[in-house]
Amino acid sequence: MSVQEGPVASRLPDSLAGYWENDLVKIGATLAVVYLLYVVAGLLLGYGLSGQLNSLRRLTFLIVLYSIGALVVNLHWGYSGLFNIGVVGFMAVGVYTTTILTRPVAGQNPTGTLPGLGLPLPIAIVGGVLAAALVGYVAALPSLRLRDDYFAIVTLAFAEIIRITAKASELQEFTIFGTTIGTGGGRGIRTYPNPINQFFEGTGAPIVSAVSGTIDGPLVSGWAFVLALTVVLVCVLWLIVRIVESPFGRVLKGIRDDEEATTALAKNTGSFKIRSFIIGCGILGFLGIIWQGSQGYISPGLFVPQLTFFIWIAVIIGGAGSNTGSIIGSILFVGTIYLGPGYVRRLIEEFVSLSGRATNFPDALGALAGGDISGILLYTLDQTSALRVILTGVLLIWLLKRRPNGLFGNRREMASSIDVESRVRDRQSTDATTGGEE
Amino acid sequence: MKWKSHVPLRFIDTVRERLPFSEHAIKVAAVIFGLAVLFDMFRQLTTGELTIALIVSYLWRGLSYGLVIGLAGVGLSLTYDLLDFANFAHGDYITLSAFVGWGVAYLIAGFGQFKAGSLLFLGVGGTVYPRDVGISVTNAPVAILFGLVVAALVGALLAIALDSAVYKSMRGAGNITLLIASVGVAFILRYAAVYLFTQQTFGLTADSWSYEVGLPGGIVTITSASLLLIFVSLLMMLGVHLLLTRTKLGKSMRAMAANQQLARVTGIPSEKIIRRTWLIGGALAGIAGFMIALLQGTINYQIGWTLLLLVFAGVIMGGIGSVYGAIVGGILVGLITRVSLIWIPASFTEATGFAVMILILLTRPAGIFGGDVA
Repeated sequence: MSVQEGPVASRLPDSLAGYWENDLVKIGATLAVVYLLYVVAGLLLGYGLSGQLNSLRRLTFLIVLYSIGALVVNLHWGYSGLFNIGVVGFMAVGVYTTTILTRPVAGQNPTGTLPGLGLPLPIAIVGGVLAAALVGYVAALPSLRLRDDYFAIVTLAFAEIIRITAKASELQEFTIFGTTIGTGGGRGIRTYPNPINQFFEGTGAPIVSAVSGTIDGPLVSGWAFVLALTVVLVCVLWLIVRIVESPFGRVLKGIRDDEEATTALAKNTGSFKIRSFIIGCGILGFLGIIWQGSQGYISPGLFVPQLTFFIWIAVIIGGAGSNTGSIIGSILFVGTIYLGPGYVRRLIEEFVSLSGRATNFPDALGALAGGDISGILLYTLDQTSALRVILTGVLLIWLLKRRPNGLFGNRREMASSIDVESRVRDRQSTDATTGGEE
Repeated sequence: MKWKSHVPLRFIDTVRERLPFSEHAIKVAAVIFGLAVLFDMFRQLTTGELTIALIVSYLWRGLSYGLVIGLAGVGLSLTYDLLDFANFAHGDYITLSAFVGWGVAYLIAGFGQFKAGSLLFLGVGGTVYPRDVGISVTNAPVAILFGLVVAALVGALLAIALDSAVYKSMRGAGNITLLIASVGVAFILRYAAVYLFTQQTFGLTADSWSYEVGLPGGIVTITSASLLLIFVSLLMMLGVHLLLTRTKLGKSMRAMAANQQLARVTGIPSEKIIRRTWLIGGALAGIAGFMIALLQGTINYQIGWTLLLLVFAGVIMGGIGSVYGAIVGGILVGLITRVSLIWIPASFTEATGFAVMILILLTRPAGIFGGDVA
């Protein structure tokens, strides 16, 4: 195969560009650069060892979770051509189902918390994943005939219906077949305890006390959970790579590139699309369980469309159709746009003494008219969440215009075992040199 | 040039056979469902669970709400058809122009009494409260009127500016690329509104004159806001109708919507028409935004986003590219979501609209009035 030329590889010296070929090197190098930036930022902010470890833990936590989401979106859009913008809805189904299944049954639970079905966590997780996959099936089955943009609208509407249902006060607590369960409505619901935290509170407590002289105790369970999530990420990556490299995956790529041609090869494209969609939705359900569910508390406000948007931008940064790209896109997204604004704000506050904080835009504007820029600067930096979304939007549009295939967009995965295009290219260049005399 | 395959899709055919998706079955199902709904409505009326007054008030609210959806849908439908992409930013044109329009209305109504900056930003941070300004259709008609005009202008300017900044260089990039770009634009605009006005929900209006109609079982309140809304909406729709049928621009727009290639061959300047279409669609979105805020009496950064999927529902129901379809579809969506309150709890009002949209997409993707959109 020919040497891949990409935006990064072409800027590296030849001796290094060879290593860049390796996907693990790409991911590792990107991660190392982002880690280094955060360690430097931590040093500048005067973090101790525990502070540094916690800052990196949060970074890794988000990178791993966004990577899982991005891998699924890549399976749907990058490999199967399914335009799913209801990602967050399937996550909500997974985590809400698991929560309701694990909540203690009525009468056995501490007062003031919602009852559930009292099942053990592993069974509840299986239930949550199956529920998300089932909702995926319901969403996809009739939508197969639809055009891409209609499919997008349907998935988005599904996600919104799920959010509205979770928010509805009628379902906050209700009794069905003599069992009282509930979603908690707009107030939210407490989820299940994190087994890793439980381990370090129980049998693993000596480990925590052994290190508590040098670092903060909660960091142990925090990092252990992040490592467990990384194992999940590796498993998801393995599963998706297995899928897309199998004959099944070749059909998916065929559908993405030309559905009619694939149909003409007697492939039952609808069935392939549905199966790909369901697998992805199941993984999204699991993602919700390990992400929002692990935080101890969920409410409908967590499952807003902007989370879908964030996962999508990670895929678009990396380039659809590339698993490595999805992971690197997640690293870059979390490292820069997602967590970056908060760190920039803290660094500015650390080194530049700004006074005159404005609590709203007209005040900031008034200060600016008076020749004081610190008001508007501080106001802007305080709006971290708005800034994050606006930056993401600007980046998205820029990428679509300048680099629609993302960072690794030059990478073309071939569905055939021989490179047909290269033969065509060879023939064209021969024709050009011989002057096409025939 | 889309070439549709005639290769039989085995699986999909099986799906279609299993689900009642054939034309005939859909009609039968719709008629049975409609009869069941009417029967249950009649049953509830006789048992006294439901009163005439309640039904009339749902219909009235549905009509006002539906007119706003229809007004916002005209622009979405036209650009969807001309440029072949679903503009997810349309809802946020509604939000931003509504905010600016109401800021101007506040500025005019409260000028001299309060700081101009606080008024323009609707008193964000608790500096000015709606009861202080006391704005309403009957108390401050001039301020409302100016706000409306400004909202229309802002909507039109936003649409034009974003077209030339984002979409223009991407013509022909494919409907999904454009759709993704519009999602980006939508989030930029929505969080620009958050940046300027925070995530607060603002109360806007003071009490104003309203008319109470006595009907069996209660009274129906007709507010001056809903009367103004219906008047303005009908005026705008008449304007759009005259524009499309009487002017050269309108005829060119219709020609482009019917067959873009042919229109270009006949010498219609397509870019110019596309720009004018954005202008009209944006202005109508602005008016719809100002009006929905007036009707609800509140505004927040999600006002347009909440409306967007319902606007899509109306546009798809009416058939993409059809202006009249968008209006009728919008009114239908408004009526369906309100009348469904008889059976479905209020928490699910929007969900009902979305579900109806999904049903329409699945059963009649070309809209309930037919149409030739593939």
